[in-house]
Amino acid sequence: MDILFQQIINGLVQGSVYALVALGYTMVYGILGLINFAHGEVVMIGAMVALTALQALLAAAFAPVLAVLLSLLVAVVACMALGYSIERIAYRPLRNAPRLAPLITAIGVSIVLQNLAMMIWGREYHSFPLPFNSISHHFGGAVANDVQIGIVVVALIIMLGLMWLVHHTRMGRAMRAVAENPAAATLMGVNINRVISVTFMLGSALAAVAGFMVSANYGIVHYYMGFMLGLKAFTAAVLGGIGNLRGAMLGGVLLGLIESLGAGYVGDLTGGFLGSNYQDVFAFFVLIAVLVFRPSGLLGEKLAERA
Amino acid sequence: MKLHRSSGHLTLAIALLALPFIIDALFGHGWVRITDFALLYIMLALGLNIVVGYAGLLDLGYIAFYAVGAYTYALLGSPQFGIHWPMYVVLPLGALIACGFGVLLGAPTLKLRGDYLAIVTLGFGEIIRIFLNNLNAPVNITNGPQGISAIDPLQVGAFSFGSSYEWMGIRIDDVHLHYYLFLGFTLLVIFVSRRLEDSRIGRAWVAIREDEVAASAMGINTRNIKLLAFAMGATFGGISGGLFAGFQGFVSPESFSLMESIMVLCMVVLGGMGNVGGVVLGGVLLVALPELFRNAAGPVQQALIGKVIVDPESLRMLMFGLALILVMLWRPAGIWPSTQRRREFAADDSVLHQEQETVYDASK
Repeated sequence: MDILFQQIINGLVQGSVYALVALGYTMVYGILGLINFAHGEVVMIGAMVALTALQALLAAAFAPVLAVLLSLLVAVVACMALGYSIERIAYRPLRNAPRLAPLITAIGVSIVLQNLAMMIWGREYHSFPLPFNSISHHFGGAVANDVQIGIVVVALIIMLGLMWLVHHTRMGRAMRAVAENPAAATLMGVNINRVISVTFMLGSALAAVAGFMVSANYGIVHYYMGFMLGLKAFTAAVLGGIGNLRGAMLGGVLLGLIESLGAGYVGDLTGGFLGSNYQDVFAFFVLIAVLVFRPSGLLGEKLAERA
Repeated sequence: MKLHRSSGHLTLAIALLALPFIIDALFGHGWVRITDFALLYIMLALGLNIVVGYAGLLDLGYIAFYAVGAYTYALLGSPQFGIHWPMYVVLPLGALIACGFGVLLGAPTLKLRGDYLAIVTLGFGEIIRIFLNNLNAPVNITNGPQGISAIDPLQVGAFSFGSSYEWMGIRIDDVHLHYYLFLGFTLLVIFVSRRLEDSRIGRAWVAIREDEVAASAMGINTRNIKLLAFAMGATFGGISGGLFAGFQGFVSPESFSLMESIMVLCMVVLGGMGNVGGVVLGGVLLVALPELFRNAAGPVQQALIGKVIVDPESLRMLMFGLALILVMLWRPAGIWPSTQRRREFAADDSVLHQEQETVYDASK
């Protein structure tokens, strides 16, 4: 029972991170119909920038809390600039190109970012210097530390904020309008290019926060960390129904839970035949099963015919 | 005219036959080996072209079929189980098993649309890789991450493609022999692709790609035809995988990562989806470019700045990524698109835009 509880806590923490990254995928997909393959690398760049900023600030003897907040801010700003540039350089010129063209440039951007990071920060694993002790709290037999609680709380606040932004502001309404019908939105006076840029910057900001969270949770930063994380988050977005914000959040949290419960119990379920190294298989099997029965994800609307 | 054409073919044939020796003389032995790999990749890309280019189904886990073919060959022709079946049994068997996997994946998932299909195929590819990586316990089947080594060379009877022969004073090495074998298979795949393109099935694929509802209204059994595309693509992947295992003599799960699937997809899209010539060109470019960059990245730095500042390996991949972006920006429909696609692309500025669903959906 304690193990179950512990796995649920781990799953929630991981799921919150997935959800934040998945939101970035799903917002872009909702508006452009494009799989932004480079999004995972944006998360990694966010983590790397945060690492460098944090090291510099701590070396300059800033107060720990201030250093953490400032480095997070630096990472968010850097990623927003990055997201904006990616869209301008690699996606905007291809907006009317065949559908797979922007997918290939996205892959190109992803390769460039990964190798750029390798050049700047090197191949080695960096430890992420959190300037305070993360105190562990015991709930029954399960343990959660400050960082983990912080991740879930911050993710929750950000998601609520995003929902508010999308449903109750002018910009949010414009975003929904563009997602619905870009041509009609233009006729109504919406500046499509601006909306798309804002979407990319928002998604990248969330990615930066997610990158910071992962690094703080595991204490490790690596140039390759974005790839698998991005893949999982994309899976989560599809699981929930891509293009749907609530779907991305639900999918993220669910995927986190499935993974950690799967890792904990897959051995028992299969009589010891499969071990916890099949954790990823478990996640993908669930994804395939869900999509076979609900072809447009858990919360996705039925897709209109797309030729 | 006819004479002219056949003399053109003859020139091409001679050029292809002489190619490994020319490459050997100009660039050295290593590049012949790279050419062999290019042929394997071209076969893969042509197989994927059937799925993505003709039928319009985005498959991000294509390398799984390559893996199935390779592991079939490896398990039935190595000391792993002590089985040493001949190549002409194992290769078709690998193709058949890969085809089976194609149907297995396709049957439940083909009602999914567009990007949902993409993620499912991606997941399938990862599942296969993870199983290959972990099936060394409790029963050791695939030998896990260490992979299977000492795989039998490709051989027919006493003739082995893995050895060197002297013939009329000319030394023919294993890389040359493999070149001819792979060239034969590649030409076969090209031939099949070209014939399929103009067949009823090929037209049905294009119809489905363009408009699935209209296609099924025209009496096309869309499910079976899509399944056929998947199975056909998988079969080519399986053959190519078997050849890879025999050529390399070693397989490990590392060779079948998601990045490989993406690479093959890039060949198809960059070269020109749906056009056999374009796909071949894409395959050649994407194998040659990284190798060229590999040779250039270190020395050029040395010459310009006097020492190697940036890690050549990452510089090479960086340039490769940039090349992908630039080529796509320069030619969004691929370097050498099929004529049909080029026409669609040119005619795109008119009415279509008003009916688009999302900005990117404007043209396919």
